[in-house]
Amino acid sequence: MNRRAVRAVVRRDLLLVTRSKGVMIPLILVPLILMIVLPAVIAFAMPASAHIPGANRAGMEQFLEQMPPVLKAQCAGYTLEQQLVAYALLYMFAPLFLVMPLMVSTVIAADSFAGEKERKTLEALIYTPTTDLELFVGKLLSAWLPAMAISLLSFVLYGVTANLSAWPIMQRVFFPNPMWLVLVFWVTPAAAAVGMGAAVLVSSRVNSFQEAYQISGVVVVPIVALVIVQALGVIYLSAALTAMLGLFLWVVAAALLWWGVRIFRRSEIIARW
Amino acid sequence: MSKTTAPVIVTDGLTRRFGELTAVDSLNLTVYPGEVLGFLGHNGAGKTTTVRLLNGVLTPSAGQARVFGLDPATAGATLRRRTGVLTETPSLDERLTAREQLQIYADFYDVPPQLVRTRVDELLEIFQLAERGDDRVSTYSRGMKQRLALARALLHRPELLFLDEPTSGLDPVSARQVHTLIREQSRSGNHTVFLCTHNLEEAQRLCHRVAVLERGRIVALGTPAELGRNLWKGVRVEMETAPEAVASACRALQQFSPARDVTQPNERPILSLTLSDREEIPQLVAHLTAAKIPLYRLMPQEPTLEDVYFALHERKEKG
Repeated sequence: MNRRAVRAVVRRDLLLVTRSKGVMIPLILVPLILMIVLPAVIAFAMPASAHIPGANRAGMEQFLEQMPPVLKAQCAGYTLEQQLVAYALLYMFAPLFLVMPLMVSTVIAADSFAGEKERKTLEALIYTPTTDLELFVGKLLSAWLPAMAISLLSFVLYGVTANLSAWPIMQRVFFPNPMWLVLVFWVTPAAAAVGMGAAVLVSSRVNSFQEAYQISGVVVVPIVALVIVQALGVIYLSAALTAMLGLFLWVVAAALLWWGVRIFRRSEIIARW
Repeated sequence: MSKTTAPVIVTDGLTRRFGELTAVDSLNLTVYPGEVLGFLGHNGAGKTTTVRLLNGVLTPSAGQARVFGLDPATAGATLRRRTGVLTETPSLDERLTAREQLQIYADFYDVPPQLVRTRVDELLEIFQLAERGDDRVSTYSRGMKQRLALARALLHRPELLFLDEPTSGLDPVSARQVHTLIREQSRSGNHTVFLCTHNLEEAQRLCHRVAVLERGRIVALGTPAELGRNLWKGVRVEMETAPEAVASACRALQQFSPARDVTQPNERPILSLTLSDREEIPQLVAHLTAAKIPLYRLMPQEPTLEDVYFALHERKEKG
């Protein structure tokens, strides 16, 4: 594989991404809101809710009783307020974090594949001596690498925000726990791969970046479902369950990307892209 | 152009079908080094599909092609290192600057890294884009974009250049610049140019030979003069005389037996006639001089490519 050509594809796509407002706005706003603003608000609001006159402390205590044993062990000796913060920032936010790799990779891959089709710039690329695989790998890396970079940065910023904003209540560094480490280093790369796989699949069928982004955005629906079932107490993301989720996402990503390699061929691109 | 060295392109029954549609039908073609071959045809005649087949971007449904002796279907990536393609639409990344665009494509074509900067600067200079080289392409005019696309196609100094409608939508000045560049390509270093166009004047000016394509098939191939000779017997001659001598000139021509189809196309004192051969022209001049017809100008008319093209088209229409 010609690494120089792959690097050129990545460089080109990243330059194009950074110069598109439509792509950059979600890449900046979503992490900012989900990973900084929201946890800071929750770190202040959740403990305060326990002090609202008439607040059902017993109900809250009962709810926290249902927490997974690992979290209960971690929260041993915590006050009710501290337990609420730990629950919200360690568990409730975990599935939301997966929005980062999924959203970033989906947006960039949609711009890289469907956007390229919309801008009619693929034709010049297919006449270059790069092979189909080099082009495909370059385009995948140009979605996957920023997805990982933004996710890792979000993880760090989230950790700092969570620990700092909850410091008055927690009085200690409580984030991250092992589940988060599995989430960030095992599940996140897989989620990024699923996002771009979905975008490639959708991009072969639609003609614009917006369409591709909106349709492939459906991949975040399972994340929302995960947030809900966790809030309802149906399941809790333990480190083991998170590892299983990662494995499942890797399998889905492999299937999507295998299919992507098969359709991203010059002759197919001419006929369908 | 050199017909003594190995041909650059050879196709043998090259065919490409898309479902029921046969876009390229049994194409037999040989192109030699240094040649500018015009590929003429209406939109949808199969020109772009042929370029794609010859670059290994599409695989043929039947037949085969050899470009530099390589099969494009199996060695596409290798041969694309030696070809440059200007697509019908410039296909430029409008969010990038011209310089970025060329630098990135230099990487695709594996231009030695130490040469990239010089090569890019040189091309920007040649194509009169140096001053705007760091501006985004979205701010360029249509002509500037076309020139940049042509610079990109030449970046790796290809031995074989495919140009798909290179002057489409350009103003006359830009079109002329592009024509000059194509001529220079052909003259310098034995570069071969495969020029797809439906601009007949452009083909007439630039091409050594032309292939006329209709519904994927080559219906005529040769120099414009060769094609004319195949279509029309004889030489068309135009002569100018004095306004008051038109009637006597007509009578004199009627007495000159080799002359036929004598016409006066418009009000001007210009007559048009057909001779069987160029050798009859000196006899015609002697005959008119003997008849005391004032003769201001006499020119044999080579059929233009436009004449050839439309004659071919009419012949096909008549079946």
